[in-house]
Amino acid sequence: MNQVREIETTLDELKHLFSDRATSGDTMVLNLGPQHPSTHGVLRLILELDGEEVVSCVPDIGFLHTGIEKNMEAKTYLKALVMTDRMDYLNNLGNNLAYCLAIEKLCEIEIPPRANILRIICAELQRIASHLVWLGTSAMDLNASSVLIYCFRDREKLLDIFEMIGGQRMMTSYIRPGGVWRDVPNEFVPAVEKFLDYLPDKLADYETLLTRNPLFMRRTIDIGIIDPADALERGMTGSSLRGSGINYDVRRAIPYCGYDEYDFDVPLEDGCDVYARYRVRMREFHESMRIIRQALDRLEDGPVMTEDRKFSPPERSELGTSMEAVIHHFKYWTEGFSAPKGEVYVATESPRGELGCCLVGDGSPKPARVHFRTPSFHNLQSLSFMSKGYLVADLVAMIGSIDIVLGDVDR
Amino acid sequence: MKRCVQRVLHIGHNIVNNHLTFTIDTLKDMHADVISSIDVFRGETTIILESKGLLQVCKTLRYDSQLDYNLLVDIVSKDCYPEEPRFSLSYILHALDKNARFRICINLSDENPEVDSVTECWKSAEWPEREAFDLMGISFVGHPDLRRILMPADWDGHPLRKDYPLGYEEVQFSFNWKEIDEKKDYAEE
Repeated sequence: MNQVREIETTLDELKHLFSDRATSGDTMVLNLGPQHPSTHGVLRLILELDGEEVVSCVPDIGFLHTGIEKNMEAKTYLKALVMTDRMDYLNNLGNNLAYCLAIEKLCEIEIPPRANILRIICAELQRIASHLVWLGTSAMDLNASSVLIYCFRDREKLLDIFEMIGGQRMMTSYIRPGGVWRDVPNEFVPAVEKFLDYLPDKLADYETLLTRNPLFMRRTIDIGIIDPADALERGMTGSSLRGSGINYDVRRAIPYCGYDEYDFDVPLEDGCDVYARYRVRMREFHESMRIIRQALDRLEDGPVMTEDRKFSPPERSELGTSMEAVIHHFKYWTEGFSAPKGEVYVATESPRGELGCCLVGDGSPKPARVHFRTPSFHNLQSLSFMSKGYLVADLVAMIGSIDIVLGDVDR
Repeated sequence: MKRCVQRVLHIGHNIVNNHLTFTIDTLKDMHADVISSIDVFRGETTIILESKGLLQVCKTLRYDSQLDYNLLVDIVSKDCYPEEPRFSLSYILHALDKNARFRICINLSDENPEVDSVTECWKSAEWPEREAFDLMGISFVGHPDLRRILMPADWDGHPLRKDYPLGYEEVQFSFNWKEIDEKKDYAEE
């Protein structure tokens, strides 16, 4: 391993991906990234350009590959949870949720209603936080840099709420197999309500800055058009797909956590362009807020962790008096629980699209295989199709509009 | 623009609806020779196929106007080392109009992990197949651009295989100090 090897991939090996004009020198092959601010992480794009027009675009990913799926196989179900936080770093709670739902499906664990409602509140707050980052960064890509600062200011309030419930701003690991880690503090509900009262005015401000802004509209309308059939063919999901007019939202199609009991709309736009995807996400803010309001109304006192002691740790108070609780505590955190043999797949709606977790158990306390169907990975596939014939500057708008997170792409 | 009709069918993750039953019946009629078994686990239907029939079945599922499985959700590769057949691939398919979802599973042997690519049915299979090639070492015949995707192009081995080590440092104790010491890559003068 320590001998220096020559890097095999040269442009010759990628020749079949470019047109013949690239070899004759008629068009130019240009490298964009991986260190480039507008690629939202470490995304490398190999572009073939005719003047400023994109002839072909070949995404090269893997710069952030950390082998999360391999690492999870070596850990117990509980310990592997922390790795999911680090996958899509703008949707930490959503990743926890997908993984926990998969474990719960495999082991058939019942979740108390309060935990389910808290999970929905967390997932929707996380969706707002993620969309705020998307709004700020994609607007900055189009040189509307003031929006970024405002969005990060608002996101900070959400991170404060996450810190309140999970102890950390981002990598909370708050959602656990069987429920949530602990009950929320008393300040949680007022804090969320305060945020819900605060956000609509701010969103109206951002809409004033962007939605009818002639510069923004010139940069986004009729840019990056992908019609519904092509979008599906290339595996797009989430807000990007709904920007092409296809009504597919996992929360509606395959409800989980009781989303089917909530009243919300699935925003649809049929522009199929960057502007349509922008409009969809801007409306999703309001739908998420609607869901959170309903969830807060339904929040009643009760347990937040499953009663099944096989899958939940003993109460802290029992440890001082009960020997069995100490043994259970020790076994739970060292050996963990075993999952039966079998394969399950659970789909959730992450801010970017369908986030699926495929979990294979083999009867031991460690998963035999964990695979995440990450939305960014699949959405990014469509970029090379979408960008053909547009200018390089528009490509940047398109990357912003499919809202990729490279941690989610590379895992 | 086309708008799909969505129906909420079931609470929870289990989708069991008429379209799924219809799909299974149609496949049994048309491809009975390649279907090994049909399995239902935790409400998820899996059709286990012989690998030679994969492309034919996928074409039926994709292009038959009554079936219309228009979204290939994902391809999951698994390694059951040291059991044989060692590898298996799961294709998760979704029909958006009918809101039906199920899984096709094929098994592949250790000697020749090779299967037809389904990129001609769904273009979205391109990257997941590259991922399975890269991390699990399964080849796809007819794939337009089968290269490594996540690992560097000059990487040795396929990390997600069970016989590929995780790469932790082995802990040295007094009884195995020498043994591990010999394997260490010390810098040479």
